[in-house]
Amino acid sequence: MSAIPQNPPAASASAPASSVTTVNTKLDVRALDFFYGQFQAIRNVSIRIPEHQVTAFIGPSGCGKSTLLRTFNRMFEIYPEQRARGQVIVDGEDILSSRKDVALIRAKIGMVFQKPTPFPMSIFENIAFGIRLYEKLSKAEMQARVEGCLRQAALWDEVKDKLQQTGTSLSGGQQQRLCIARAVAIKPEIVLLDEPCSALDPISTAKVEEMIEELKTDYTVVIVTHNMQQAARVSDKTAFMYMGELIEFGDTEKIFTKPEKKQTEDYITGRFG
Amino acid sequence: MISRYQRRKLVNLFNLGVAVLATIFGVFWLIWILWTTLRYGASSVNWALFTQDTPAPGSSGGGLRNAFVGSLILLGMAVAIGAPVGVLAGTWLAEFAARRKLGAMVRFLNDILLSAPSIVIGLFAYAIIVDPSGHFSAYSGGVALALILIPVVVRTTDEMLRLVPGSLREAAIALGTPYWKLVTRITWRASASGILTGVLLGIARISGETAPLLFTALNNQFWSTSLDHPIANLPMVIFQFAMSPYTNWQQLAWAGAFVAVAFILLLSLVARLIVRRGRGA
Repeated sequence: MSAIPQNPPAASASAPASSVTTVNTKLDVRALDFFYGQFQAIRNVSIRIPEHQVTAFIGPSGCGKSTLLRTFNRMFEIYPEQRARGQVIVDGEDILSSRKDVALIRAKIGMVFQKPTPFPMSIFENIAFGIRLYEKLSKAEMQARVEGCLRQAALWDEVKDKLQQTGTSLSGGQQQRLCIARAVAIKPEIVLLDEPCSALDPISTAKVEEMIEELKTDYTVVIVTHNMQQAARVSDKTAFMYMGELIEFGDTEKIFTKPEKKQTEDYITGRFG
Repeated sequence: MISRYQRRKLVNLFNLGVAVLATIFGVFWLIWILWTTLRYGASSVNWALFTQDTPAPGSSGGGLRNAFVGSLILLGMAVAIGAPVGVLAGTWLAEFAARRKLGAMVRFLNDILLSAPSIVIGLFAYAIIVDPSGHFSAYSGGVALALILIPVVVRTTDEMLRLVPGSLREAAIALGTPYWKLVTRITWRASASGILTGVLLGIARISGETAPLLFTALNNQFWSTSLDHPIANLPMVIFQFAMSPYTNWQQLAWAGAFVAVAFILLLSLVARLIVRRGRGA
C-alpha cells in the first residue's frame, strides 16, 4: 500500500496531506459510479481513505454521500434496481467484484445507521447476536466480551443493572451507542457511520462524538454527516461531495479554513446547501 | 348573506351530525345483539351446561359439553394446520417475494380466498375429503376451517412483517446476518404480537362458521372425540336447537350463543392486550 494518501484525480487541485507520519490507505475507491435504476447518483468518484483516521463526508442532501457509504459494505445489493460500477479496494481486494461470501465482507466493514436500530431483544442479546454469528464463546467469555463492548461505548454504567431489558427501552442516544457497540462487537476493521447523530439531542451527540474519537485507535472510521461542525470536530480528513461528484478531499482543517474549490467554500460558508 | 366562516361552521356541524347518527345506527344493532344474547342466554348458563351433553329431544336438563369440546377440537385442528401454513406463506410474501411478480399474484389470490364464501370452502372440503372417504368426519371440518383461517393469517403476517422498518433489516444485514436468521430472529420477533393477534382474530372469525361444517363435521348428538366421526359443534347445535320446537333446546341454543359471543369477546380482548404490550416493549 502506498504511503501518504494521494489526492484522487477528481480532486487533484487540492494540496497533498500535511501529515508527516506514513498513513496507509484502508479503503481505496477507484472510478466509482452508482445507479438507482437509470439515475446516476455517483459519478466517477475516486478517493483513498486512510487507516486509523476519521474521514468525514459532507455535502448537501442528495449529493451521494450516503450512497457512497452504502457501496463500501455492499448494502445496496439488497435492492435489485441499484448497482455500482468501479472498484472499492480493501486490503488489496476489490470488494465489489469479490466472490467471497458478502457476510464476511460485512463482518469486516461494520455500519451504523441514521436512526438507532436496536434489535427486538434484550440489551445483552443485542450485542451477543452479532458475536454469535462468527464466534462460539463460552458463557463467561460472552459475558466479558459484551461488557467490554458496552464499556467501549461508555454505556456499561448506564445499563449494567438492566442487561435483560429490551434494547428499545433505552433512550435514543443510548440506543445509538448500543448500535455502535454492536457494530464493533464483531471486531470489524472499518466502521461506517451514516449520519449517526442526526436523530439525537446535543448531549447524546457529544457522547457519540467522544466514542468516534476513541474508535479510530482500533478502527478506520468513515462518517457521513449533515452537520459541518460535527465534521470539523471529529474528523481528520474531510471530503466534500456535490451532485454525485467528489469536489474536494483533504485535511479537515484545510477544508474548513482554506478550501481550494469555490463550491466547497460556498457550502462551508453557508452560501448554499 | 352569511359569511364564509359561518357557512363553514354550518357545513361542519351538518357533517358531524350525519357521522354521529351513522355511528349510533351501527352501534345500536351491535348493542342490541349483545343485549339479546345476554338476556336470553346468560340465565341458562349453569354448571350443567359445561358438564352434560346435549339432551334428547323433548327431555329436560342437559348441557352442551359435547358441542363445546367438539368446537374446541375443530378449532384446535384448524389452528394446528392453518397457523403454521399461514405464517410461513405470509413470511414468504413479505420477506422473499415482496418485489416479485409472483408475490403480487399470490397476494391477490390470497385476497380472493380471504373473501371466498365459506360455503364454497365447505363444499370443497366435502369434495376432496368427505366424498372420497365416504363419511362425515371431524378432520374434514378441521381442514375446512383451516382453509378459512389460512388467508387471514397470511394477510396479517404479510402486513405485520412489512411494517418492520427497513432500517432494522439493513442493520441486521450490515452485521452479515444470513437472511433466514434475520427473519427468524429479528423480523418475526419484531412483529410477533401482530402475527399472534392475526391468529387470534382468525380463530374468532372461524369459531362461528357454520356453513363449512354443514358439509364436513356435520353434528353429533353424543359425546365423541374421534376425528374420524362426525363431531358435535357449537354453531350446528345452535342452529338445530334454535329451530326446534322444544323450549329446553331453545334455551340451550341461547346459552350456547351467549358463550360463543363471550368467547369471541375474550379473544378480541386478549388480542388487544397483546397488541398494547407489543407496542409498549
